[in-house]
Amino acid sequence: MRFATAQPPQWPSPSGVPGMMRIVILALLPAILVSAWFYGPGVFFNIIVAVIAALGTEAIALRLRQKPVAATLGDGSALVAALLFAFSLPPLCPWWVTASGTVFAIGLVKHAYGGLGYNLFNPAMAGYVLVLVSFPDLMTGWPAPDIGDIDYQRPGFGATLQYCLTGRFPDALTLDAIARATTLDRVREGLGAMRTMDEIRMNPVFGDFGGAGWEWINNFVAMGGGALLLLGIIRWHIPAGVLGGLLGMASFVWLLDPEISPSPGFHLFSGGAMLGAFFIATDPVSSPTTARGRLIYGAGIGILTYVIRTWGSYADGIAFAVLLMNMTVPLIERWTRPRIYGRSA
Amino acid sequence: MSDPVVWNPQPRRPAWGVRTPRRKTLATRAPILRAPPPARVTIPLVSGAGISAQPVVVAGQSVRCGEPVATPTAAGYPCIHASIAGRVTDIGLYPVAGGSGPVPCIVIERSDGETVWDGYPAWPDSSLLPAAEIRRQISAAGIVGLGGALFPTAAKLDSAGQTPLLLLNGAECEAYISCDDMLLRERAERVVAGGRILSAAVGAELCVIAIKTDMPEARRALLDAIDAAADPRMVISTVTAKYPAGGERQLIELVFGREVPAGGRPADIGIICQNVGTAAAVADFFLDGRPLISRVITVTGSSIARPCNIEARIGTSVADLVQLAGGYTGTPERLIMGGPMMGIALADDELPISAATNCVIAATVEELGEASAELPCIRCGLCVEACPAALMPQELLTAVRDENTARLESLGISECIECGACDYSCPSHIPLTAQFRTGKRLLANAQLSRREASIARTRFEARNRRLADENRAQPENPVDADALQTLLARTRRRDPEQSD
Ligand code: SF4
Ligand code: SF4
Repeated sequence: MRFATAQPPQWPSPSGVPGMMRIVILALLPAILVSAWFYGPGVFFNIIVAVIAALGTEAIALRLRQKPVAATLGDGSALVAALLFAFSLPPLCPWWVTASGTVFAIGLVKHAYGGLGYNLFNPAMAGYVLVLVSFPDLMTGWPAPDIGDIDYQRPGFGATLQYCLTGRFPDALTLDAIARATTLDRVREGLGAMRTMDEIRMNPVFGDFGGAGWEWINNFVAMGGGALLLLGIIRWHIPAGVLGGLLGMASFVWLLDPEISPSPGFHLFSGGAMLGAFFIATDPVSSPTTARGRLIYGAGIGILTYVIRTWGSYADGIAFAVLLMNMTVPLIERWTRPRIYGRSA
Repeated sequence: MSDPVVWNPQPRRPAWGVRTPRRKTLATRAPILRAPPPARVTIPLVSGAGISAQPVVVAGQSVRCGEPVATPTAAGYPCIHASIAGRVTDIGLYPVAGGSGPVPCIVIERSDGETVWDGYPAWPDSSLLPAAEIRRQISAAGIVGLGGALFPTAAKLDSAGQTPLLLLNGAECEAYISCDDMLLRERAERVVAGGRILSAAVGAELCVIAIKTDMPEARRALLDAIDAAADPRMVISTVTAKYPAGGERQLIELVFGREVPAGGRPADIGIICQNVGTAAAVADFFLDGRPLISRVITVTGSSIARPCNIEARIGTSVADLVQLAGGYTGTPERLIMGGPMMGIALADDELPISAATNCVIAATVEELGEASAELPCIRCGLCVEACPAALMPQELLTAVRDENTARLESLGISECIECGACDYSCPSHIPLTAQFRTGKRLLANAQLSRREASIARTRFEARNRRLADENRAQPENPVDADALQTLLARTRRRDPEQSD
């Protein structure tokens, strides 16, 4: 009898990129739903715009680079990048902001560098930073979260959709009237105005640790991250590095002067800390591959995030920290190469 | 309660390795089947580094089972024995599994009534023999490494010299394979006896028999056998069931916590490693005078009607083995000799088994899993985690594709054991191990041309020197380019086919 032959191993890998991406999306889903619960339908509009723009850009880029379109679109990586980017945006955001960030992320940051696996920078964060510096005024669209006794005006479904499509609200409403400063913004402004943390925290937008509402979203992001850890999609080193770095810096400064420093807990549960630690910094392509390298890389992101939040000119520093650390990856990898079996160091 | 015969009772948990489905119980339900002599055997004459034995029979001659049919051509190399009684029908080149081409073989056709050659004495008390004599006997017994390398056991013992530690490898880490497990369950006392003889051959003070955590029956049998032997040198060690824990270097790391230096051998750190099957074969020879003419092989896979372990004669065809296991069922799509990770896919089942064949798997594509299309490397680092040699496969991959041999060398491609753990963990389905085989060839070629360049330079310089000498009208220097030429020619002739 005759048989087909193949090179060993005869046993193909049971894992696959599309499967990993699917799990990442599922793990992020609860946090997205909670976010929409607090901040309204704008969260979904952002995602829809980003996903359409991402898949469109990916298809065009693949076409231009003469690569198989269908197979590569199916790997899910563009979808994940779009989701993470959309999730970082303010819930009230005109479509062109979302679309331009996505086109930049997928078209330039990913494909101009060679497509899946070759990008130096995290596409979602590069897109985020691009829109943050290009449309600073439009990146403030955070309505008050729908929680507790915060009594602010919230745009409904129609008004949100209209704003997303046209950049205008009906009935002479303005973004300024709706948007509320995020807790990170408030801390920054309050400390700038020489108030103490206790005074700043009197405002009902603060929850137990971070911002009311946001701390819940961060909880759900962390749970999704836990699921990724349990399922072996990510390893613990990067999240531990990010959270450890952030916590270490925050605790140190806070112990020096708790009057004017936000608590370590506030830092962990505010802004994009959890999203950054579990979903963004763990992007395999733009992070190191060695265990020690991942710890260093994560810690760098945590520390830089704290530095930017505290002394930089932006309220949250995750995106900048990730991009800065992306540049160090080749170096980190060279430093942390494991000692080869049987060879001396 | 600590057990004196359990070495390293806390199994080490290596960071490397992969967990694959095990599928060993398929073939461990039935006891080892002793195969009757097949109608025909094709016995390969090569072993080790491609050195073949010299036939001492001619076509047409009758041989008894166990009779020597070829004698070694290099020290420590094995004698080859007829594995069945019958008539030699041919001595010639035949294809064997895994080889790059046909190799010299002796074909024997069975005659009625099995007559046994009993020219070897039994040595019930082999401990009285001097070490050198034990090694000579092992070479006469035709014993080679049954773990897969076919390396002549006596030659390995000779080159190791004295080693304080003997490691008997019973940690079959590949899925499906259970021949060593079954051997230990049924003939643990032979393995222990062989371990004691091998210990005497190298002067080992400790003989560690390594098995895996998932072999409780083998463990019990071994503990009983060690009890009965009452030899304080014999201990067992249990290692993780992760793949590739049974690789020689990996097992040494797990059992002794030490690494074999790159480019070196275990003997360099005082260890010699043998397969448990080899130890049993040694015991069979010394206790019963039976040379190596058979071995236990796992015949399994979901396309085999009755998966089991078979004690089969060397040279039996794969098809005969499959017949003994009930034949094929359904549509076998892949026939694998060895395990699913390192085994070779056979193109046809008429090939003979050698002493290195530990397993035959007839598998459907469903049970192996459909291979998906290759994607670019996403730098997930899973291969880095899996690699037992602590290499960075994704970097090696780029170096192979760039044909950058200097980088291949510095990234440690020569330390790659081609275990396939990286392939198995890669979500992008990149054929990494196949690329590394290419990479090793690239590196070898580069080193060869470097060597040739340096020989050419030496020759050129020698010629210049000679010309200068002639100019000075001196008598011809005896060490000249001609001598180098001869040397060169001799080096080139190091071709296995031609050595005899
Ligand atoms: S095949 Fe080579 S590179 Fe791959 S895991 Fe095994 S030793 Fe490492
Ligand atoms: S496992 Fe595959 S995709 Fe992941 S780093 Fe290694 S080669 Fe790249």
